[in-house]
Amino acid sequence: MTALLTRLRRQGLGPRDLAVHAFLLVFVFITLFPFYWMILTSLRPASEVFTAHFSWWPETFVGLDNFRAALSQAPLLRFMLNGVLVCAGILIVQLLTAIPCAYALAKFEFRGKALLFALVLFALCVPIQVPALPLYVALAFTGTLDSYFALMVPFFLSVFAIFLFRQVFKSFPDDIIHAARLDGIGEAEILWRIVVPSAGPAIAAFAIFSITAHWNDLYWPLIVITSPELAPPPLGMMYFADNDSGTTFGALMAAATLLTAPLMIIFLFAQRHFIRGVTMTGVK
Amino acid sequence: MTATVSIASIEKNFGGSRTLKGVSLEIEAGEFLTLIGPSGCGKSTLLRIIAGLIPQDGGSIAIDGQVVDDAPPKARDVAMVFQSYALYPHMTVFDNIATPLKVRRLPTLARLPVLGRWMPGLKAARAGVAEDVGKVAAQVEITSLLDRRPAQLSGGQRQRVALARAMVRQPRVFLMDEPLSNLDARLRVHMRGELAELHRRLGATFIYVTHDQVEAMTMSTRVALMMDGEIVQVAPPAELYANPSDIRVARFIGSPEINLFTAHAGPDGRIALGDEATPLRCDARGPVTLGLRPEALRIADRTTALTLKARLHRIENLGPDALLHLRHDQGGDQRATLRLPLAEIEALRRSGRLDAPLTIGADADAALLFGTDGKRLELRATGAARNDDLILQRAS
Repeated sequence: MTALLTRLRRQGLGPRDLAVHAFLLVFVFITLFPFYWMILTSLRPASEVFTAHFSWWPETFVGLDNFRAALSQAPLLRFMLNGVLVCAGILIVQLLTAIPCAYALAKFEFRGKALLFALVLFALCVPIQVPALPLYVALAFTGTLDSYFALMVPFFLSVFAIFLFRQVFKSFPDDIIHAARLDGIGEAEILWRIVVPSAGPAIAAFAIFSITAHWNDLYWPLIVITSPELAPPPLGMMYFADNDSGTTFGALMAAATLLTAPLMIIFLFAQRHFIRGVTMTGVK
Repeated sequence: MTATVSIASIEKNFGGSRTLKGVSLEIEAGEFLTLIGPSGCGKSTLLRIIAGLIPQDGGSIAIDGQVVDDAPPKARDVAMVFQSYALYPHMTVFDNIATPLKVRRLPTLARLPVLGRWMPGLKAARAGVAEDVGKVAAQVEITSLLDRRPAQLSGGQRQRVALARAMVRQPRVFLMDEPLSNLDARLRVHMRGELAELHRRLGATFIYVTHDQVEAMTMSTRVALMMDGEIVQVAPPAELYANPSDIRVARFIGSPEINLFTAHAGPDGRIALGDEATPLRCDARGPVTLGLRPEALRIADRTTALTLKARLHRIENLGPDALLHLRHDQGGDQRATLRLPLAEIEALRRSGRLDAPLTIGADADAALLFGTDGKRLELRATGAARNDDLILQRAS
């Protein structure tokens, strides 16, 4: 024991560091355990789920049976495609609207700028539940309920994106914008060709926030979607769970694993940018 | 490819403060004009107004006789080199330099990423851009760096890329905003020479902003010294040094700073330095300020016309010569600096004269006289009259 401690100390880990790491490990466990349980359940037979004793490993390994069952019983790929369409649609329109708005707030002087920015900050405090009813009425009035459009429209304008990108653009050097103006580049081109490429990490960070939020959103789809073929992943999961009245936990967990996988993959790819973006902009 | 620049009573306010107070300046075609002044004097603001990057609140700018007040930056045919270089961070050196040419020679659609590459019928235009970039890159010796990104370059290399980007479209006027101040000392000396050479070769008009008097003195045709939003004096570098029109100019130009002594002009205009009469006369009466450059001062001997007492404070060895820092009682900040060759200092030290109170002085024609308002006063001292005057003074 003492030998181990001296060896750790030589590596630069004192008792304090060890305590901090132990503390962090506890939280890692709390975060990861449900996730592990989901994957574990998806890999073992339903009979094992309700056994009294705890086991870290499937006693009888059923392989991909649960996944096959999930895919045959529910249109999981359809749900995922819906999720991709909705998330991509939301993200594209959010970027197209928030970036010019943020650039104007960061780099131009105009009357009412302070008021506009105050409104952006104010809107950050309004949750989706507040305008849900008027939005629903408007969608019903225009006959666009139960459509992809209805799923996306409340999220097209993201004040969070405007706020985030404003902070990023504000730190972009004026000299480079001046140089671009002298070189003869137009204002729109300066924004999209010169300023936006340098905001890559912030855009990646925002994309992760946005995609995660809307991929996992259940509240709004539950309100506006009635046709199962338009359901995004969480709503689809709900239909699936209802249909099978909760006995086939293995298949349910397999479906959940499949539906969270795209997010995991995106995050793994964008992780470096995401962390850089978050630290750079000082968000969270 | 060169043009005159006329600046006519330019005004600029930021918030409540007047940054530029009616600045006027005529710059000749092909001139290397340096705007120099302490930080915050408005020189960079003036440069940006000439470029059209910020609008002026009053006055007018004309380039080559054409008023350009309403013209956007790109229509003014000026190029600018920034202190921070302002290179496009995500573009290669080649693209950085090519950008001003592409914007002018290729249609907007052809400049789109990916898609633009397939626009037909632009082969000749693209080849022309590449050729021009290559030529300019060779001129500033960065041909081997064209594929790199700005982050991979050293300060000196970035500086060259910024120069190349400014040169590539052959503007009539170059504006430079402290382009050398982010370089280390050695490179700065080197680039100073290169910029002067570049100006000679291109023959374009250069307007150069700096706070470094050495840059101003070594490269410029003329220097405009700015203080508090006004141009105090415009003159060739040597004249600015030898003949400052204002006490602020005299203090700003020259290192170490000029020595200032409080003197007094009698009823007949004769100037006394402390109790000592001097052969100098002027038209003013009452208190005046007498300025003497450190190299004009020396240890007094019989031929020295102006003398005063001082005590040695410390000696600063600069290699070929040394600075004697002195204390005196003749007003100002009571400090004086005297520049002497090292050998002379050694001789003084050996004779033991440095330990005793010193008498220092200068020739009468080295003196610069300033009134209470800081304006330069004309001196009337002639060599022939000097002795007679002194005799008269003593007789009376």
